[in-house]
Amino acid sequence: MGIRERLSGNEAAAIAMKQINPDVVAAFPITPSTEIPQYFSTFVSNGAVDTEFVAVESEHSAMSACVGAEAAGSRAMTATSANGLSYMWEMIYIASSLRLPIVMSLVNRAVSGPLNIHNDHSDAMGVRDSGWIMLFSENNQEAYDNLVMAHRIAENKDVLLPLMVCQDGFITSHSIENIELIEDNKVKEFVGTYKPEHYLLNDKEPIAIGPLDVQTYLFEHKFQQAEAMRNAKKVILEVAKDFEKMTGRKYSFFEEYKMEDAEIGIVCMNSTAGTTKTVVDSLREKGVKAGMVKIRVFRPFPADELPEALGNLKALAVMDKADSLNGAGGALFEDVTASMYTAKKQVPTVNYIYGIGGRDTTSKDIEEIYTALEDIAKTGNIDNPYRYVGLRK
Amino acid sequence: MAYNLKEVMANKPSRFTGGHRMCAGCGAPPIARMVLRALKPEDHAVISNATGCMEVSTFIYPYTAWTDSFIHTAFENAASTCSGVEAAYKSLKRQGKLPQDKTTKFITFGGDGGTYDIGIQALSGAMERGHDMVYVCYDNGAYMNTGIQRSSATPKFADTTTSPAGSVIPGKMQSRKDLTEVMASHHLPYVAQTIAYTNFKDLYEKAEKAIYTEGPCFLNVLSPCPRGWGYPTDMLMEINKLAVETCYWPLYEVVDGKYKITYKPAKKLPIEEFLRPQKRFKHMFKPGNEWMIEEFQKEVDRRWNELLALEEMSNKE
Repeated sequence: MGIRERLSGNEAAAIAMKQINPDVVAAFPITPSTEIPQYFSTFVSNGAVDTEFVAVESEHSAMSACVGAEAAGSRAMTATSANGLSYMWEMIYIASSLRLPIVMSLVNRAVSGPLNIHNDHSDAMGVRDSGWIMLFSENNQEAYDNLVMAHRIAENKDVLLPLMVCQDGFITSHSIENIELIEDNKVKEFVGTYKPEHYLLNDKEPIAIGPLDVQTYLFEHKFQQAEAMRNAKKVILEVAKDFEKMTGRKYSFFEEYKMEDAEIGIVCMNSTAGTTKTVVDSLREKGVKAGMVKIRVFRPFPADELPEALGNLKALAVMDKADSLNGAGGALFEDVTASMYTAKKQVPTVNYIYGIGGRDTTSKDIEEIYTALEDIAKTGNIDNPYRYVGLRK
Repeated sequence: MAYNLKEVMANKPSRFTGGHRMCAGCGAPPIARMVLRALKPEDHAVISNATGCMEVSTFIYPYTAWTDSFIHTAFENAASTCSGVEAAYKSLKRQGKLPQDKTTKFITFGGDGGTYDIGIQALSGAMERGHDMVYVCYDNGAYMNTGIQRSSATPKFADTTTSPAGSVIPGKMQSRKDLTEVMASHHLPYVAQTIAYTNFKDLYEKAEKAIYTEGPCFLNVLSPCPRGWGYPTDMLMEINKLAVETCYWPLYEVVDGKYKITYKPAKKLPIEEFLRPQKRFKHMFKPGNEWMIEEFQKEVDRRWNELLALEEMSNKE
């Protein structure tokens, strides 16, 4: 039986890190993820973990130190948000190309500018092609559970990729919710010890990492990275199965909510899924066949599985909490529609950009989307697929 | 034991192998080789390297010139990358996850671009945090890897591709940053400025002190570049000598705040001796440009006198 607690999302992430007990944590404060390294450094100060905490002078150095530490043969973790992730950007790509299973807590916040400290997904979307596994979390429980599963996925020999666990800044990071924690010893056993095959600190086998990699080999190395990302799908499901055995909590690539007979549906990520479920419930009471799909695994993208879940809808809305500013729609919208097209599933689909810079997304906003979907389902007409909800008139 | 070049060469095989692709007459390979020779043969080392000439010429997949463990990640973060490796070492050693009887040392190499400029933040951070590592800057006074662009280490008036000596602006118009002093201001246990001079004694001894002094240590090593400076490749050691004998590059160390000038030329040579063999200063020798040499000399003198004063002041009881 787990331990019932009340924690904020940041506390939940910090406690997961404490239970994982990584060898090195290197982090730099930035709102709204600051509390994670704060809580964690008290664990270090009080001897609750074996971790070497590196209080770096910037996020660029945070990721650089994590890369160094992981390459050295240790388990390294960090946490950041928004501009912190932007500042790490160069090293984000290097971490994945060096195949280092670093785990990061990303507390999503709008990337400047202008400066805004509130939640949207522009930080995560900025690294969506960087070769990191990206898990999204609806609430504190999921942020915690995803972190507990993270190392088993990232460190798998067929994967060896860094992984970030996303949660919504303030909305979940600073809200206290009920949570069921797993006992320390169970987490320890579940996560296991890190046994890298090759590492810098092995004096019996010196290695060189991070070469100049020119036309002759880079292509193959990138192919291997892509292969690892494809392999991750199988591993994610295996780890979820083991996790379910331990906790009873079931995870997959995405969660389907009342989708069996749904005619209109929404695809979204993170905390908005909670609001959307409430709206689905009230619509169902009125006899509207509404459903929702919440993406948990954004990278690798479940392109083969998603069309199965969405293919029978009469109208679909994809919600993006970041505008790609490409004149065509958000990143999630593009991925969903591309996978539907490839799977030959033709469902009239619209995109809604929402919640930018922490703009509240209320149940009324979600209802507005479902109302529009009902109309599309009836008429099949989409005048403009690239829409906004909650925007000031 | 007194330093003996022959013994060092015989008893400590090079940990930096031949076959790399650095230019003939480049100052950097002898520096890397000699710094690594200062390691005890029984010690393992992890080398961190900033992007630059040294990195792109010594580790081209799948070949490496480094016999120790080596990591390169990017341009501006060799120090923070190394700090992560060192933190992992501390953590794993403390937890008993590494052999207790084996010592690993941490050495970072960066050019002046990766150290004085784009990497100064990571360097300053890593040094301030007190990681047990040595940062070695091989200072060739410009961004040589990308084709000789000015850096903050480029001396005044030097002709570079982004400070070209033109008809209106005669080369770089700013004086060189004194990074060794910047690092001394971090109050590190050991900071030194050195060069591959005579029989490498100064470089070897300072490297050994830096590697085996606990805590963050910094070495600034002048590293001539035949392409960027414009001297014949066989003149490397002569250029090194002139840099020291003119007091352009004073050899000194700062041990726990105490300055020690490790070589004082008996007769300080005029700066022309150092400038003349180098094409980057050619325009300074045109008639009418005497003022440039005078100004350069003044700056060298000012810095040398400042250093003499620091030595005296810091050693007062």
